[in-house]
Amino acid sequence: MTPIEKVEGRAIPFGLKNVDTDVIIPAKWLKTISREGLGKGAFETLRADPDNLFDQPEYRQAPILIAGDNFGCGSSREHAAWALGDLGIRVVIAPSYSDIFSGNAVKNGILPVVLPQAAIDRLMEVATTDPIHVDLDTQTVTTPFQDRFTFEIDPFRKMCLLNGLDEISLTEKSEAAIAAHEKKIASDQPWLIPATL
Amino acid sequence: MTRPRTLYEKIWDAHVVEQRPDGTCLIFIDRHLVHEVTSPQAFAGLRANGRTVRRPDLTLAVPDHNLPTTARKDAAGNRLPIVDMESAAQLAALETNAPEFGIRYIDATAAEQGIVHVVGPEQGFSLPGTTIVCGDSHTACHGGIGALAFGIGTSEVEHVLATQTLLLQPTKTMEVRVEGAVGPGVTAKDIILHITGTIGAAGGTGHVIEYTGSAIRALSVEGRLTVSNMAIEGGARAGLIAPDATTFAYLKGRPYAPKGADWDAAVAYWTSLATDPGATYDKTVIIDAADIAPSVTWGTSPEDVVPITGLVPAPGSFADPSKQAAAAKSLAYMGLEPGTRMQDVAIENIFIGSCTNSRIEDLRAAAAVLKGRHKADTVKWAIVVPGSGLVKAQAEAEGLDRIFTDAGLEWREPGCSACLGMNPDKVPAGERCASTSNRNFVGRQGPGSRTHLVSPAMAAAAAVTGRLTDVRELID
Repeated sequence: MTPIEKVEGRAIPFGLKNVDTDVIIPAKWLKTISREGLGKGAFETLRADPDNLFDQPEYRQAPILIAGDNFGCGSSREHAAWALGDLGIRVVIAPSYSDIFSGNAVKNGILPVVLPQAAIDRLMEVATTDPIHVDLDTQTVTTPFQDRFTFEIDPFRKMCLLNGLDEISLTEKSEAAIAAHEKKIASDQPWLIPATL
Repeated sequence: MTRPRTLYEKIWDAHVVEQRPDGTCLIFIDRHLVHEVTSPQAFAGLRANGRTVRRPDLTLAVPDHNLPTTARKDAAGNRLPIVDMESAAQLAALETNAPEFGIRYIDATAAEQGIVHVVGPEQGFSLPGTTIVCGDSHTACHGGIGALAFGIGTSEVEHVLATQTLLLQPTKTMEVRVEGAVGPGVTAKDIILHITGTIGAAGGTGHVIEYTGSAIRALSVEGRLTVSNMAIEGGARAGLIAPDATTFAYLKGRPYAPKGADWDAAVAYWTSLATDPGATYDKTVIIDAADIAPSVTWGTSPEDVVPITGLVPAPGSFADPSKQAAAAKSLAYMGLEPGTRMQDVAIENIFIGSCTNSRIEDLRAAAAVLKGRHKADTVKWAIVVPGSGLVKAQAEAEGLDRIFTDAGLEWREPGCSACLGMNPDKVPAGERCASTSNRNFVGRQGPGSRTHLVSPAMAAAAAVTGRLTDVRELID
């Protein structure tokens, strides 16, 4: 996973609420057995409209996406995060996310920034003309017009994103605790282990 | 004296392997369900890093999303090829990965094959009080038997395969209490549609929802699975319903369920899991069951719910300006005018199936409406897709398949089918479908498809009249 600390660039002023993962990446793109190349399917239905935001020259390769409430709701498909990453998105800024999507984003080096609607409204305005700066270390979003918004993030997620850490390697360090839990189940609740049919 | 705890807290506490200083917990996963769509990249990751599956005995794989629901074998009993090359490759990947990593696998042509969320409880692989994950958001379904079950992304699938754990933050709890008795024609699906309409698509975000109250306790296990299945449509990653005598009666004797003295020990443990008197939830919503009518969605978010007796709403009727804009967009996509009676909306397609509504009770409810009737000529495509091979066999033993085919509906092989547009079962662009599935998103049932979410009985009623219909007009 690519570490992420500071991201500066144009932000797509998308702003829609309840954007579901079927909108981010339609089901037909889920037939792949790879994580690569899903950017071409990202927001496919919306991008069928030639005037769509994503394909305007100023927003092509924009690293930031501004969205509305409950972004990434619906399906658990991590393809949504892969598609955004392949599109060049490193940061999403929204008032709230579905729980599954925000976890998937972090695991793919995409920072989900949570800001109140008033801040989103202001950033949407700035995004139409100017770049936005996001700093994970200081947990701030700033604009060339002296706007400065701070955001909260779970410390573990922050550490993983800043260092580009692979969570499985971290968990493997807890081998003894996992083995102890397994041993306890085997002796206290043996019925929890399904029979071999 | 210990602090009173909710069902969620008891299950959580029993699965904490390690707690980090920031409150993040390493949680043990008792059951991992795997299907073909969200697993290939996870198995590839294991292979690339030289890792194995830690607990193949706690993992069960079954194909469902991509499988066509047409015949799987020819007359001579030979397996028919999957025409779509990408689907075939994804299904083949699971068929190779499962034996390579030593995990339990139910083959596409096995009698036990079906939708992963139907198979888990049906096989007794899903049990109360367990933690269950699957790379599919409708894993919430298994909360219907009292399991803490939720959908995960592919990186988490890989994490569970490798370590049998997940790193999680405890979530908040929300109680949705439905008290009283529902009226005739009102089913579990109407209850959950009504709840989703009430709390909104983000109402449960950051929470686990426990469904309580006499209307929930009165439901069969099939009905409880339907309710918990759609916890995710209300934004909650998991739903829960306390296991009770109804749950135990359903599970007893299932292939993977505990047997003999183990069964008694398990029941004693499961009985202890119910939320303690005096335990508190972060949020409580109370619903009067008498207020719930047979329900239907009008828009492209599962929160867009009205009673079947209602009208298509005007965008201006919503207080929130962003909801007004979303409603206007939804209505344009759905081709609906505000003020139209829902019962006047013509329907060309009927889908009875999905992990929400494809169990035997669902098929019985649809058949009860269709018995002795025929679908309207204007209904072009109407399919009934049982949730598993065992549901299919049971339905056939009861003669339900004949009721469906006599009524002009197609009787199919088990799978996810027209719920999600990944297999050949799709709704044509611009056409409507009365669907017993769980999502009415733009393009969900195929590009340009227009979905109206309903119960199996309501889908059957729409098949008969060719329009959205109040099923109460067709039952005694």
